[in-house]
Amino acid sequence: MTSTPGTPGTPGTPGTTGTTGTSVTSVTTPALELVEVVKEYPGEPPIRALGGVSLRVDEGEMVGIVGPSGSGKSTLLHIIGTLDRPTSGMVRLAGVDTSDMSDRHLSAVRSQLLGFVFQQFFLLEGMSALDNVANGLLYRGVALAKRRAAAKEALERVGLGHRLQHVPNKLSGGERQRVAMARAIVNRPAIMLADEPTGNLDSKSGAAVMELINELHHDGHTIIIITHDRELAAALPRRVSMRDGHIESDEREPDHAAAGAR
Amino acid sequence: MTVATAPVPEKPEVPELPTTRPASAPSAPRVAPTRSRLRAVDVLRVGSLGLRTRRLRTALSTLGVAIGIAAMVGVLGLSASSQEDLNAKIRELGTNLLEVQAGQGFGRGSGELPDTAVGMVSRIGPVTAVSSLTTVDATVRRTDAISEGITGGISVFAADEGLLDTLHARLLDGRWLDAATSAYPAVVLGTTAATKLGIVDVADGIRVYIGGQWFAVIGIIDHVTAAEGLDRAAIIGITAAETFIVGDTLAPETIYVRTEDDEVDAVRSVLGATVNPATPEEVEVSRPSDALAAQEAASDAFTALFLGLGAVALLVGGIGIANVMVIAVIERRTEIGLRRALGATRAHVRRQFLTEAVLLAGAGGLVGVLLGSAVTAVYARSQHWQVVIPPVAIGGGLVAAIVIGGLAGIYPAGRAARLPPTEALRSN
Repeated sequence: MTSTPGTPGTPGTPGTTGTTGTSVTSVTTPALELVEVVKEYPGEPPIRALGGVSLRVDEGEMVGIVGPSGSGKSTLLHIIGTLDRPTSGMVRLAGVDTSDMSDRHLSAVRSQLLGFVFQQFFLLEGMSALDNVANGLLYRGVALAKRRAAAKEALERVGLGHRLQHVPNKLSGGERQRVAMARAIVNRPAIMLADEPTGNLDSKSGAAVMELINELHHDGHTIIIITHDRELAAALPRRVSMRDGHIESDEREPDHAAAGAR
Repeated sequence: MTVATAPVPEKPEVPELPTTRPASAPSAPRVAPTRSRLRAVDVLRVGSLGLRTRRLRTALSTLGVAIGIAAMVGVLGLSASSQEDLNAKIRELGTNLLEVQAGQGFGRGSGELPDTAVGMVSRIGPVTAVSSLTTVDATVRRTDAISEGITGGISVFAADEGLLDTLHARLLDGRWLDAATSAYPAVVLGTTAATKLGIVDVADGIRVYIGGQWFAVIGIIDHVTAAEGLDRAAIIGITAAETFIVGDTLAPETIYVRTEDDEVDAVRSVLGATVNPATPEEVEVSRPSDALAAQEAASDAFTALFLGLGAVALLVGGIGIANVMVIAVIERRTEIGLRRALGATRAHVRRQFLTEAVLLAGAGGLVGVLLGSAVTAVYARSQHWQVVIPPVAIGGGLVAAIVIGGLAGIYPAGRAARLPPTEALRSN
């Protein structure tokens, strides 16, 4: 097996401005590939939220995208999550080019390749934890019984096997976020995208959630965490710093780099 | 940039569900994913979620449609029930009954029919029964000690022996006038008259005081559909009336004629000339069942009016649902965003809210049908009508509710579907 064929932008891809250079050559398809992604919002003059971002995330990596508000990291999250389209540039998820996809196909990409974790959890009230997690498979046309079976397993993975029938109201913040994470992994996504996953949690619950994220990473999940919390980011094996719509730095811990490229 | 389709599809397009979490995520490049799919049964589940979690609002917004549908079902049910009642009356009356009276009013003669009329009419071929009824100017009192002014609204009629059969009337108690009792002071009372006089049955020796003469009560007749006036009547034989009260011969006032069913019109056309050959134009012939048929037609007009009012209520209910749905879409913005992030297409979101609107209205329709049927049943029973709820009212009510729900849901569902995911997920 060779590396991804036919990608014009490949040479400069891993960490464009990266200090670590191109040392890590993956034998697998990268989970995420961004090439010269530009995002402009209409206005007078147009607002350039992303000014040509290239980024490569290999399978099994855990990356933190860090930056202050206004740095473009939320826009980047939306574009990686195919919730928004770039003005120009290419987005590839697990080898699938999403740049020219219709809205319907992008929905399919989200249902099959992506798992989202949000700061506000976004669990549906009036629905048990189990069914909230099962919703992660809802739009793949999986029958309810199978959805629930997979959801139970995912909840057990995040340590909530004893909370299956609890509604979100009856769960603590940390537990809710763990339910949301179970929902994000239940469809075995190529990438789990976490947007400020500890932002709404006290430090203790936040630490527990980060611990779980680490565990999922060691299970082999590819995880991208968007955060403004430099302290949180510092604990991650790879940190991409954003500023004014550009990648300012892309650093890896040497020992983690190997693990990330496993 | 060219679109390079990813090569080497080593994995199935739709990955199997995890049974055990693999040590590493799937590593081969994936081909473009298959389309998102939402099962039909899940559309129902997802569409009913909002209704299940917001019960009070569901109940209130359902109410508008329920009232509209209830009004329509009720109107149709009541009209059908009252029509059924009229039809029953018409059947009881028979459409082969004709009523002959002397023309009343200016220039229309004496208001009397010739003495010979009954005999003449009975000789018309298809006539099966003839009877006459004549008002007798007298009062009925329980005893002679009661003032003559207190009549209790009871009229005295002289009738012949065939009247009971001709009118298809029934006895509640006792006997009808026969050849013997017609000539003697004997009286048969209408049901209301009997109640007024405090007589419940025909016990031996009950007598009433009519026009200065005691009459023995020999029978009580049931309500007579063909001649409502007989309920408040005291009926005596013609001979008895002539002998004890009038002291002269009585000319018949009203003649009831039964004919063979298919000869009604033929008989009707010759009745005038038969009853009063000299001045046939002074004879009025009517068919009592026609009056009921006219009543039926009149109630149809009211039905149309009330149906219109019900439709207006339904429309208002539909607008209420559209309103509630628009609010729901605004409130559930993040839910829409989440569903888009989970892979829902715009069509899936649209379907969800459309289903919710239809379920709301459908529930309203169901409640409305039940309510309308209940109102019909209660009212019809109170009127002693047979309860009739036309199936078309039930089916039509449900269909109308669902259509209204669909129409009410189009705009809010479209709005939900068009909401960009990034905007939907933006918090506060």
